[in-house]
Amino acid sequence: MKLVYFAWVRERIGMAEETVEPPRNVETVQDLLGWLRTRGDAYDFALGESAAIRVALDHDHADHDASLAGVREVALFPPMTGG
Amino acid sequence: MANVRVAIVAEPLDITTEIEKVTAGRGDIGAVVTFTGLCRDEDGRLEALELEHYPGMAENEVRRIAEQAAGRWEISDITILHRHGTVRPGETIVLVVTASKHRHAAFESAEFVMDFLKTHAPFWKKEHTAAGAVSWVSARQSDDDAEERWNTPD
Repeated sequence: MKLVYFAWVRERIGMAEETVEPPRNVETVQDLLGWLRTRGDAYDFALGESAAIRVALDHDHADHDASLAGVREVALFPPMTGG
Repeated sequence: MANVRVAIVAEPLDITTEIEKVTAGRGDIGAVVTFTGLCRDEDGRLEALELEHYPGMAENEVRRIAEQAAGRWEISDITILHRHGTVRPGETIVLVVTASKHRHAAFESAEFVMDFLKTHAPFWKKEHTAAGAVSWVSARQSDDDAEERWNTPD
């Protein structure tokens, strides 16, 4: 699974993208965020305030309870500030 | 279905050109509404905005918003152009052009588009101040509220 990060999520984690293989019990976005936070202080700093994290699955906005089944690209980013 | 044109660009935007592209040779349009979003200098404090975007998603999401507007109002044309990269005070960040037979559809759809761009289009603004400070712009609750009003039945 490919993970892509934007804005301060990208800066706090310290990279723009990576490929990961989460354990089998990671089934939803929420599970993924929890698992990522165990991977080090940078992840915990970036994703700790989980209510502020927005998600897109294969380029579509999704909620934290969405399933990751069949998803190839997960994007994690702060609330958007375009326009 | 409306003519939809969307693009995410690094170059300066020009509203006159975009209106001309929509209206040239047309006799069926009765109303054109445009919105231009500019970079403010924040009383001289801001040197530039850096607009980060999600290249794989941004154009698709902007197109989705344009198509939603075209499905909801009787508009014949809709153009949405959004900058990425460095934008300086006075430059245009976003342009919206809507055209219809009668004015209400053009007015309302343009406003709808802007409210959804703010909350759904994957762009993030970073401020660079003249003093050298750099910080991410925070999302505003008022933008969520502005989007929410379109979700209540008309």
